[in-house]
Amino acid sequence: MLETLILALIVLFVMITLAAYTTYAERRICAFMQQRPGPNRVGPFGLLQPAADGLKLLLKENIVPADANKTIHFIAPVITVMLAVSALCILPFARGVQVFDANIGILFTLAIASVSVYGISMAGWASNSKYALLGGLRSSAQMISYELSMGISIVSVILLTNHFYPGAEYLRLTSIVEAQKDVWFIFINPLGFFIFLVCAFAETNRAPFDFAEAEQELVAGFHTEYTGMKFGSFFVGEYMNLWIASGIITTLFVGGYRGPFEEMLGVANWDFIKQTAWGVSWFLGKSAFFVFVFIWVRWTLPRFKYNQLMNIGWRYFLPLSILNLMVIALVLNLIQ
Amino acid sequence: MKNYFEQYLQNPCLNYNLAPFSKRMQEYYGAFIMIAIGLGLALILSNLQNILIRKRFTERKVMPYESGMDPVGTARDRFSIKFYLIAMLFILFDIEIIFMYPWAVQYKQLGIFGFIEMFSFVLILFVGYIYVVKKGGLDWN
Repeated sequence: MLETLILALIVLFVMITLAAYTTYAERRICAFMQQRPGPNRVGPFGLLQPAADGLKLLLKENIVPADANKTIHFIAPVITVMLAVSALCILPFARGVQVFDANIGILFTLAIASVSVYGISMAGWASNSKYALLGGLRSSAQMISYELSMGISIVSVILLTNHFYPGAEYLRLTSIVEAQKDVWFIFINPLGFFIFLVCAFAETNRAPFDFAEAEQELVAGFHTEYTGMKFGSFFVGEYMNLWIASGIITTLFVGGYRGPFEEMLGVANWDFIKQTAWGVSWFLGKSAFFVFVFIWVRWTLPRFKYNQLMNIGWRYFLPLSILNLMVIALVLNLIQ
Repeated sequence: MKNYFEQYLQNPCLNYNLAPFSKRMQEYYGAFIMIAIGLGLALILSNLQNILIRKRFTERKVMPYESGMDPVGTARDRFSIKFYLIAMLFILFDIEIIFMYPWAVQYKQLGIFGFIEMFSFVLILFVGYIYVVKKGGLDWN
């Protein structure tokens, strides 16, 4: 119990720091892509920028707009941060380093992803602002649309786990990682990976699917009417979700905490500290790569139109993911 | 089918529910702890500025933002019925996906029978999907 608590606090501290520095990395990478210096004044290379931003947000006045629904306006950022933090508990950082090693791990992820729609739609509705309402509505419709294809591509991963690691608990995230001992699922199931990646973009409200906060149309979308640290809460949630999405992609498709040549190096016989360091560095390294991909795509692709977004989700990805699942099921049946 | 039932009895991870309740709950402590920590952090983050900073309300300040103009009409307006339709379709297809999870977990034991079953299930739902598309349920204009 105490061990779990300490591990949870360490995970939270590490991930909050990473999330804060992702805002810095995002601005630096964006600046690099647009050939300008970016934030470089606060501390060496601007490394203290996240701290300065946090301090600034803390010292801002809390404004609740007139005629807003005060309770829901208050609850929305709380839900967002709470869900982002609680989703951290299922990430398998290394062998045995996981706050909540559930036999239903992947279902827990899906549950959290579903509930996080509430934070955004509540924020949009309660603000008594047209921009916020439209942003919240658009974003919740988008999130539930893409959840379907995401769920189906996860089913294909479970089928593969079932085949490559028989006798395990197939919904447990560590079994999914161990099932990728010989070959990563990204190579067996590339279409599933692609669908999952795009759905992750839509679920985290990142460009090219950032309709929740399409600046040209909706000011800041659902968080238009939030100031100071409440606005910051949405940001913490967003960047935390970015890391969680990358972590889940890493776990499901690119071998999670397992590095290459584990059998050759005999990692299973190392002591716990060494094994943990090895696992955590592989897991965070792979996740960081996907976070970079998220940022890279954001500053490269233009935003879709809303009808294009819904068309892609419902007309292409949903049938395609079902087809992908059925093909994998058939092939697994034939080679058994 | 008898063979399958025997496998079910032998496989310890399928007999999970037979463990005592307190034992089963222990696995979930991690989740409870993390949710509690998350709630605490969220409450601190959203209340800290109320404690630190004095509020000065003016009429202009609490006005909903509408690009600097006075707000026109109400924000609690009616919006497109399409959003309800999407939500309803989501529930239908989400239930379909929930049925797929236990199927995927038991896929090896079910064999070709499982594949044919799920194929016909998906086929029936696909007819419904085509109906929705033809009716224009997914058109956004």
